[in-house]
Amino acid sequence: MDIGPVIDGFGVVLEPANLLYCLIGVVIGMLVGVLPGLGPAATIAILLPVTFEIEAVGAVIMLAGIFYGAQYGGTITSVLLKLPGEASSVVTVFDGHALARQGRAGTALGIAAVGSFVGGTVSVVAMSVLAPVVAGFALDFGPPEYTALALLGILLVSTVAGGGRLKALIAACLGLLLAVVGRDAFTGGERFTFGSLDLADGLDFVPIAMGLFGLGEILHSLEQRHRAVHAPVAVHDVWPSRADLRQSSGAIGRGSVLGFVLGILPGGGAVMASLAAYALEKRRSPHPERFGQGAVEGVAAPETANNAAATSSFIPLLTLGIPANATMAVIFGALLVQGVAPGPQLVEENPELFWGVVNSMYVGNVLLLIMSIPLVGLFVRVLRVRPAVLAPITVLITLVGAYTVNNSTFDIALVVAFGALGYLMKKLGLEPGPLVLAFVLGTLLEDSLRRSLLLFGGDPTGFVTRPISGVLLAAFVVVALLPLARGRRREPVDQVR
Amino acid sequence: MSPAPPEPEAFPETETETETETAGPLTNLLLAGTVVVLGAGTVAGALSLGVGSASRPAPGSWPFLIGCALVVLGLAQAVTGRATDDAERFVPTSGLVAAGLVSMLGFAAVIGTIGFELPSLALMAFWLRVLGHETWRSTAVISLGTVLALYLLFVAALAVPIPHLF
Repeated sequence: MDIGPVIDGFGVVLEPANLLYCLIGVVIGMLVGVLPGLGPAATIAILLPVTFEIEAVGAVIMLAGIFYGAQYGGTITSVLLKLPGEASSVVTVFDGHALARQGRAGTALGIAAVGSFVGGTVSVVAMSVLAPVVAGFALDFGPPEYTALALLGILLVSTVAGGGRLKALIAACLGLLLAVVGRDAFTGGERFTFGSLDLADGLDFVPIAMGLFGLGEILHSLEQRHRAVHAPVAVHDVWPSRADLRQSSGAIGRGSVLGFVLGILPGGGAVMASLAAYALEKRRSPHPERFGQGAVEGVAAPETANNAAATSSFIPLLTLGIPANATMAVIFGALLVQGVAPGPQLVEENPELFWGVVNSMYVGNVLLLIMSIPLVGLFVRVLRVRPAVLAPITVLITLVGAYTVNNSTFDIALVVAFGALGYLMKKLGLEPGPLVLAFVLGTLLEDSLRRSLLLFGGDPTGFVTRPISGVLLAAFVVVALLPLARGRRREPVDQVR
Repeated sequence: MSPAPPEPEAFPETETETETETAGPLTNLLLAGTVVVLGAGTVAGALSLGVGSASRPAPGSWPFLIGCALVVLGLAQAVTGRATDDAERFVPTSGLVAAGLVSMLGFAAVIGTIGFELPSLALMAFWLRVLGHETWRSTAVISLGTVLALYLLFVAALAVPIPHLF
């Protein structure tokens, strides 16, 4: 491996402006994580217009910082309020809040900060080694491989999305349909534009993401505004003791590896990693009954794993051009807006951006560790901001930001329309994640499919005779059929009950 | 390969923070019907674009496949959706959402004519005072502060060509 570009990447990230963007990203991420409601995907979507004015490397460094910063921020509310700020911090509630009730909130937050740092750093080191290898391998990918990969990615994200699988697939199809709107890339003819000039160039990704994730979430919480607000538990003695560190070192080690692996997989990511790491520790423990009662490992494992996964989920995005989850889909959109096409060529053609972003994660993890513990008091104060105050501020930033995408009021109307759709989807049990991911991958999928069919002379068996696309499609079939097989196996058990 | 989600019994039970009523079978059936209609509309649109053949895909080929998938998924939802409980019932406070949406559309309608400052102030005041039940004092302070901050960020610092009065 040529380490020249890696070292140059450190030069890029240590530029004062980029360091500042990294710092801003991590702080915003932690704040977002603290505030229940808006997740990292929504925040990144809302802040996309601000990044238009920043050059590509700085913009992506900041957005990446928001993502992994949010993983730690979500922990604070899980521990102190029993209210997970992020989906990936849901399991931290069990033991984190139990520790807080025993007067050990500081220990829980401290061990989470250490775990997040170790998990994130292990993941970046592994990513630095693995990412160029994956990118090199993917250079041989042609349209059939991309067709199979995009199909598998969409199916996996739909499979693990919250809510019903059928509804997730409906959401994914809606995303694919929205991606069709505009000019056909092959013939230049307009499709589903209904004669509108605004739709001739297709739907912009930014208003869709801002509306579905940002406004949809706000509108949904507006409806449930009478939510009880709990008083945060007092925090003191934040630094974990040696005994705590010793007790959780195994969980941190295993969480790092598990998080890294699950983060790479499409549909995996931080949420899945935190759940799996918690379950693994509980299963391994000689005293599983301690879990839920304030076991330090019950905080260390998921917090380590979610940061490791947040970092490694950049690998499929930066090396294959395939976002592994909804937040990566938004970062994918941010890269496209900046004129950067993520994919296997990125390492070779734009090493400054690739290694700048990867290496910024080392710096970001150090910043997280340094700031998270002393800033706990500040974050606790932020929690006192009422949702009734936060909602209109976010709405206004979203609307003004939407205008700045193309300087058009049509985009504001589009954001509002997708906000309404996002709200309705939440009410109806449809996850917006698969829709956004499918929208992002829709153009790639259609182009690859049409090119492949032209290549094969219309013979679809061509997909299975090529080894990589064949394996990917076999995986697609297995994932698609797995629930049916599981359902059959469970039937007799259900009948006995 | 994606791992199976850990079994729920692996986790201790926690109290739920809010209680939301689940929607009845009619809501799920309406969703299924909408999906089928959307799918059928997509198929019709695709046919008018021309669906070509496997060896010569046309602009309508891909939308045709998506439309067919939507119809199949919608029908499957109609059959299985009666038993699902992941949809929420619409409640009286759902009206707040409609009011919020109208206020945003109003903002979009006038920003091009009178600049963003006044519509922003009006939007903030409506959300804070009417939807959020904030006091007049905090409504005034937060509205003015937010609009000033946005002005400084978008107009003064980033020089974004957003319509503005001042």
